[in-house]
Amino acid sequence: MTGGPPGAATLQSWTGGGVLLRRALHRERVRLPVTVAALAGTAALSAAATDALYVDPAERGAAVGAITASPALLAMYGPLSGDGAAGALALWKLGVLGAAAAAVVAVLVVVRHTRAEEDGGRTELVASAGAGRWAPTAAAGLTATTFAAGLTLVTATALAAAGLGWGGALAFAATWGGAALVFAGVGLLTAEIAGSARVATTLAVLGVVAAYLVRAVGDATGGTSTWMVWVSPLGWGERVDPFGARHWWVLAIPPAVALTLLGAALAVRGRRDLGTGLLHARPGRAEASPLLRGPVGLAVHRERGLFAVATAAFAVVGAVAGSVTSQLGGMLDSVRMRQVVTALGGAHAMSDAFLVAEFGLLASAASLVVAAAVLRMAAEERSGRADAVLSAPVGRARWFLAHLGVAAAGGLVMLAVGGAAAGVTHGTATTGTEVVRLTAAALAQAPAVLFVACLAAAGYGLARRSVPLVWLVVAGLVTVAELGPVLGAPSWVLDLSPFTHVPHLPGGAVDVAAVLATLAVAIVIAGVGAAAFRQRDLA
Amino acid sequence: MSADVPADVPVDVRGLVKRFGRTAALDGLDLRVEQGEIHGFIGPNGSGKTTTLRVLLGLIRPDAGHVRVLGGDARRDAVELHRRMAYVPGDVSLWPDLTGGEVIDFLGALRGGLDVARRDALVERFALDPTTRSRAYSRGNRQKVALVAALSSDVELLVLDEPTTGLDPLVDAEFRRVLGEERDRGRTVLLSSHVLSEVEALADRMTIIRRGRTVESGSLPELRHLCRTTVTAELAAPVPRTDDLAGVHLGEVRGRVVVCDVDPAAMDGLMRRLSAAGIVRLEVRPPSLEQVFLAEFAPTTREASA
Repeated sequence: MTGGPPGAATLQSWTGGGVLLRRALHRERVRLPVTVAALAGTAALSAAATDALYVDPAERGAAVGAITASPALLAMYGPLSGDGAAGALALWKLGVLGAAAAAVVAVLVVVRHTRAEEDGGRTELVASAGAGRWAPTAAAGLTATTFAAGLTLVTATALAAAGLGWGGALAFAATWGGAALVFAGVGLLTAEIAGSARVATTLAVLGVVAAYLVRAVGDATGGTSTWMVWVSPLGWGERVDPFGARHWWVLAIPPAVALTLLGAALAVRGRRDLGTGLLHARPGRAEASPLLRGPVGLAVHRERGLFAVATAAFAVVGAVAGSVTSQLGGMLDSVRMRQVVTALGGAHAMSDAFLVAEFGLLASAASLVVAAAVLRMAAEERSGRADAVLSAPVGRARWFLAHLGVAAAGGLVMLAVGGAAAGVTHGTATTGTEVVRLTAAALAQAPAVLFVACLAAAGYGLARRSVPLVWLVVAGLVTVAELGPVLGAPSWVLDLSPFTHVPHLPGGAVDVAAVLATLAVAIVIAGVGAAAFRQRDLA
Repeated sequence: MSADVPADVPVDVRGLVKRFGRTAALDGLDLRVEQGEIHGFIGPNGSGKTTTLRVLLGLIRPDAGHVRVLGGDARRDAVELHRRMAYVPGDVSLWPDLTGGEVIDFLGALRGGLDVARRDALVERFALDPTTRSRAYSRGNRQKVALVAALSSDVELLVLDEPTTGLDPLVDAEFRRVLGEERDRGRTVLLSSHVLSEVEALADRMTIIRRGRTVESGSLPELRHLCRTTVTAELAAPVPRTDDLAGVHLGEVRGRVVVCDVDPAAMDGLMRRLSAAGIVRLEVRPPSLEQVFLAEFAPTTREASA
């Protein structure tokens, strides 16, 4: 280690950091506040809703018992803090996942302001204008720190407003902020090591996934595996135990680790040339594979990464849902709940209802992924890559439908895998039939997903500039589907969403006419979009 | 394909108008490219070159005017026409996770396959590493990828939008040789450029546009008529008066050496006057394309800034 240069040289290396920080915060002035509001709002709503759900201490105790007995639940969400104290049950599902989400956001932020700027050649411009070589890294780090601090304070305030005690609220919120801080450090380091923003982001996000999985194994196996929770930055939040023992000192670990990572990033920055990384890109194929020969092949190549990650996530969520429903009996171990369940048609019907809700969630998630894949067309057009394909003998409609078709197929695969995974973990003696039954049940949501895909495609087909509007509409449809029934929305509002019109399986009735009508409208919408796309100018 | 225009006119554009909102990017543009020629398409930045090429490819549709490409309708017959033409955009954007080689093969496959031997030869001649992922390519290398893809497909018409911006001088020279070979093979090339020396060296004919309109079109000798020739003469006797000759613009007189710029129509009168004084040495330099270009645009620039 050579360490940093002393004295004046060090000062020079930071020159311009303030200007870069102001610019970075300005660029994030919408994105980060919205992210903070979404995370804090989710936590507050969850806190307000769950405690109303479990008024009876006996029911609360039963739920606590079910959670601590289920390795699948422990793996997915981590342990319950403070043995089910107020707030703990409400925020249990959000603790680790929220921390992971905050970590990913922090990674995106720091890479956006370091490596992506460098890839775009702007760092060179800034450096030639007199900024010190450490300034961009420092500015990005401070931007992420602002995010982490803001997330902690806003979430704590929101939780306190929702009725939790200040101590627990602050400790819980700080576990999110801490995760953001650590992975901002990770992102700063991978931004120096990797040769491009994309690789830097991928590496750091893989770090988040690894941290999640390591602590999942630790939590699920318990006992001697506790060290795995301590090794993982996402495990530290659990160790804080915000609603129980409240170990404040654990919260000192994330800032310390983040500072160490920042130091490492600066050390690498001091040694490497601008535009290079420690990792060098491997040379790729000199010739294209035979699969990459048309618009469909290209769309598959473009979207396969997105769909691979999403499908893997669906497999995990499906498997957990299936496994949880098979243990549902234990969770409902109270007289009143048993009466409710019996009224609804027995435990079997209850587990079906749970699966319907999970599959509905999967369908909403799938439609967002599919919309993102469809709207990749807009990026292709804006960058001029669409020009390259469409100035070859490829018709507009063929290109358009290739993207739509690949996105729709990806959505179907995701649903099928989610349903099949639920069948595998749900079934006991009759695994085979359960897999078929639940795969079909998950695929029953497909018309709604296809509808969203066609809608997104049509919006893009009409005008590339309509893409933000398309996202707004898609978000609206998903929100109506997820929150509409809970909030008691009028039926005409619910009817606007395609998710209302698909069969709610397993257990629900199949309205073939409604399914066909949904599909027919989707196809007409896609046709209108394709026709408009054939007519309009590419920009 | 309709027969109202002979099929052997690769590009026939008359009165082309294209508006973006309230601004007219093209305002009655004419462009005619003949079979087998390299046609230079020149004009200042923002004069409408790229817009014209994108109309020819059917990527945008004209608001008015007559547009025929290889005898077909640029928009309606786009897919069939694109089998017979290839396009290299000015600002080449590639798929970042594909290598250059993959992009070349992919674009070739869209046309139903490319000439592998020719592709390999071009990769070699342009010194391109096809195993690098596109995100790591410099601008010049991205340009080379698009050029190899276009040049190794068997098409009648090449539409190249400022293809040499970003190429180093060695590759630039190789590109000029390749383009000459393409013409010898009978291909037609529409070459938009503002590297005037390149157009001067390569183009058989050229069209100069300004603010979406064609201002001049023809071969370089034809265009030279628009511009003064520089005459330098050393005389046996003292330099005679020339200020009474319309179209002769005296540059300088150093002893018996005279330098002046001469309009084409005044050349004969000047030569008589000079030869009466006895010519010892005579240098006549026809205007370069750059002079033609500057003569065309310099006054406008002043108007525009006034």
